[in-house]
Amino acid sequence: MNAHLSRRAFLQSTGALVVAFGAADAGLAQAPGSAGAPGRVLDPARVDAYLALHPDGTMTIYCGKVDLGTGLRIAIPQMAAEELGIGLEKINLIEGDTALTPDQGTTAGSTGIARGGVQIRQAAATAREALQRMGAERLGLAPADVVATEGEVRPRNGGAGIGFGELIGDRQFALKLDAKAPLRNPDDYLLVGKPLRRPDIPAKVTGTHLYVHNLRVDGMLHGRIVRPPAVDAKLVSIDESSIAHIPGVRVVRIENFLGVVAEDEWDAVRASRALEANWETRDTLVGDEALRQSMQAGPFESDEVLLKKGDARSALASASDRLRSEFYWPVQTHGSMGPSCAVADVRDGKATIWTASQGTHRFRFAFAHFLGLPEDAVRLIYLDGAGCYGMNGHDDAAADAALMSRALGRPVRVQWMREDEHRFDPKGPPQLLALEGALGSDGKIAAWRTEMWIPKATASLPNVPLLGPDAAGAKQPMGISTGLISQNASPPYGVKNVDVLAHWLKDAPLRPSNIRAPGKIANIFAVESFTDELAAKAREDSLAFRLNSLEDPRGVEVLKRAAALLGWQARPSPGPGGLGRGIAYVHYKDNENYVAIAMEVEVDRPTGAIHVRRVACAHDCGLMINPDGVRSQVEGNILQTLSRALFEEIKFDRKGVTSADWASYPILTYPDVPELLIDLVQRPHEPPLGAGEASAAPVAAALANAVHDACGIQLRTVPFTRERVRTALSGEGKSG
Amino acid sequence: MASVSMTINGKAVRANVEPRTLLVEFLREHQRLTGTHVGCDTSQCGACTIHMDGKGVKSCTVLALQCEGAQITTIEGLANGEELHPMQAAFRENHGLQCGYCTPGMIMAAIDIVKRKGHDLDEHVIREELEGNICRCTGYHNIVKSIAAGAKAMRGHAGLQQAAE
Ligand code: FES
Ligand code: FES
Repeated sequence: MNAHLSRRAFLQSTGALVVAFGAADAGLAQAPGSAGAPGRVLDPARVDAYLALHPDGTMTIYCGKVDLGTGLRIAIPQMAAEELGIGLEKINLIEGDTALTPDQGTTAGSTGIARGGVQIRQAAATAREALQRMGAERLGLAPADVVATEGEVRPRNGGAGIGFGELIGDRQFALKLDAKAPLRNPDDYLLVGKPLRRPDIPAKVTGTHLYVHNLRVDGMLHGRIVRPPAVDAKLVSIDESSIAHIPGVRVVRIENFLGVVAEDEWDAVRASRALEANWETRDTLVGDEALRQSMQAGPFESDEVLLKKGDARSALASASDRLRSEFYWPVQTHGSMGPSCAVADVRDGKATIWTASQGTHRFRFAFAHFLGLPEDAVRLIYLDGAGCYGMNGHDDAAADAALMSRALGRPVRVQWMREDEHRFDPKGPPQLLALEGALGSDGKIAAWRTEMWIPKATASLPNVPLLGPDAAGAKQPMGISTGLISQNASPPYGVKNVDVLAHWLKDAPLRPSNIRAPGKIANIFAVESFTDELAAKAREDSLAFRLNSLEDPRGVEVLKRAAALLGWQARPSPGPGGLGRGIAYVHYKDNENYVAIAMEVEVDRPTGAIHVRRVACAHDCGLMINPDGVRSQVEGNILQTLSRALFEEIKFDRKGVTSADWASYPILTYPDVPELLIDLVQRPHEPPLGAGEASAAPVAAALANAVHDACGIQLRTVPFTRERVRTALSGEGKSG
Repeated sequence: MASVSMTINGKAVRANVEPRTLLVEFLREHQRLTGTHVGCDTSQCGACTIHMDGKGVKSCTVLALQCEGAQITTIEGLANGEELHPMQAAFRENHGLQCGYCTPGMIMAAIDIVKRKGHDLDEHVIREELEGNICRCTGYHNIVKSIAAGAKAMRGHAGLQQAAE
């Protein structure tokens, strides 16, 4: 795709798609406030919202979920093509365009396949039924005597068929999505389950792929934001003479929002650096060092019992020997490789925004609101950004661009600088857990309590509040967004007495949002590390300790497979020294993927460095659509979470983030990458689940358990820096 | 404004630039070669790696003016028409990317490593040499596999490689 498109050509290229499938249904009203391009049906209950068959036999899929480098761009066409019976080469996919695609929810929580893909598959199944009926009629056969395959309806017993395009012709029908339309038998799959190649790779290796960073529209200005030196700062004054030497720069100031634009990007960068602004700052933050303590002090929104089985309190009180440990996970950033970027064109009562948002539909309301436009005058179009792993700064950059475009009446492109990203992207919130447990006389876990101190997400908050509109004084619903961070906080090992109690904090430092596998990584870090502490107390091998109490056969299978991959030797931990090995398990969200991770590490005592040698992962996400895509996601989950566990913590003082680049916020680099052994379980007859999150959850626990096995220290505070390891080693056994 | 001339992907280019303009800015905005990505603007990520006179360089660390008379190759200059450079083909074959944002820099750095270290690269060498290129999707394994395969495939393509420089 040419990176420089005229706006008209761009809109035409995505907006002129003809809907041949169910265009005229008098009763087909669109959901209120969801006006699309002319002729587009956006009602998620209609087949036409997802699929359009064209007279030439090609098909367009309109997908509300987006490919974040995650492989949906091949997996979803695989599902639709398989179900309909059409070649993949006939399919064109459009993603995340509020004027063209139905609202299938934000691309988050690993729901792309499990919800988005499954919906589209059901639309394809519904369409196939209809096509088979039409084809059978034309062939003079019963519907049961025809099949849909290779873009045709053919007699089951052979003979010439009729192409889908010809069947549709100019006839019109409208279809409701039929939740009961029968699906093909997975045993007959031709495309699903195959490691087919992603279509976006060729352009990504030649440098011609259209990332949002590369989009240029006619008349566009380049913008940069001038960030305050502290969060919640007030802009007192600016001195425009400080940038008088840079030609053609314009300043956009709306209350505390400050940006600059120029025809030339470099001029905008220079101006944003040179512009002298006087800010009034306040010390509003607690700072990273005091954060952990402050979380137990509140203020609290409420206490909530999330799970209660049996009577954990009295079982613990009467236990002769119980353990209690605290686990802490710090604030972290998404750390996208590219700075957030967007292009907005707001004028003549309309807004078009090109954005790498995970939730174009979700944010349309927010944009309409702060721009003061009706919702159906706002169109958000997804374009690829750098991988984001949750809500990074993309939506903020889009709002920045929209505010400046509205002020200037011209399209504006805003790209953040690296320090904007590290300082201002919404952050993964901190989590503190205290676990208590005791063994029974059978050597199994008899009682367990989890207490957690975590920020409370604001009920029915439509979206993470956006920085630009906030600074500009625009009204928007304020509150906290975190993702579902309280799941997976109890052991999956059939314990009879369990309590899970959440102390919901009113506040979170810095602005939180969802970050990959929200909350579950820290919760499983605590739960599965503590499970090992109990296993060690029982002098039991930690794999056997789990298998003794785990009933779910899919869980048992991944544990056994991961252990086998690593060559697990049964013995209690800690081991004799040298290489240590650890294992951890998750049944993701208690009802999704089954994942076990076993890991082998070496700890360099003098330096405190942890060297991860090998990581084995067995992963069961039900029906795998594209094993190559799943493998990539699993590898990414493992390595990214190793990075988060070993190195990452956002440092901040009372004014704001101080770790504003890759030197002060180091992440995993090549030399630290372990060998990966991955075993993907294919379960064709189970529902397909996502793969973008689950395998992240057991990583930190497996790592901590391996470190304990290697040298007897139990790391309970992330990141596992060299200093922490050294300190723990110097007080061996009672570390944290 | 100062005048600068260089050869980019085999084409002679002359332009006037503000003297502090970075090479990466010059490539992306003035030459519209947006395949070279900006990741950090602090020389810490490698996303902007290009070749200058045949050597891998982070283009956010060089001023456009410093490239007077230089031969610059960017990711767009590697393929020979429809035919991918062997390193690009290897990344495609080995699924050597996820979001792909780091990929142009990885590919340019990889070719530079092959030139310095030869065609038989063991995993260890690749990892050590790529320490300056980071990938947040952490698709490191496929990247290493891609580079090892690409390095081998480049042996037969020396001519093509020189033509690209
Ligand atoms: S952009 Fe040049 S090294 Fe990151
Ligand atoms: S592939 Fe996404 S940053 Fe490397």
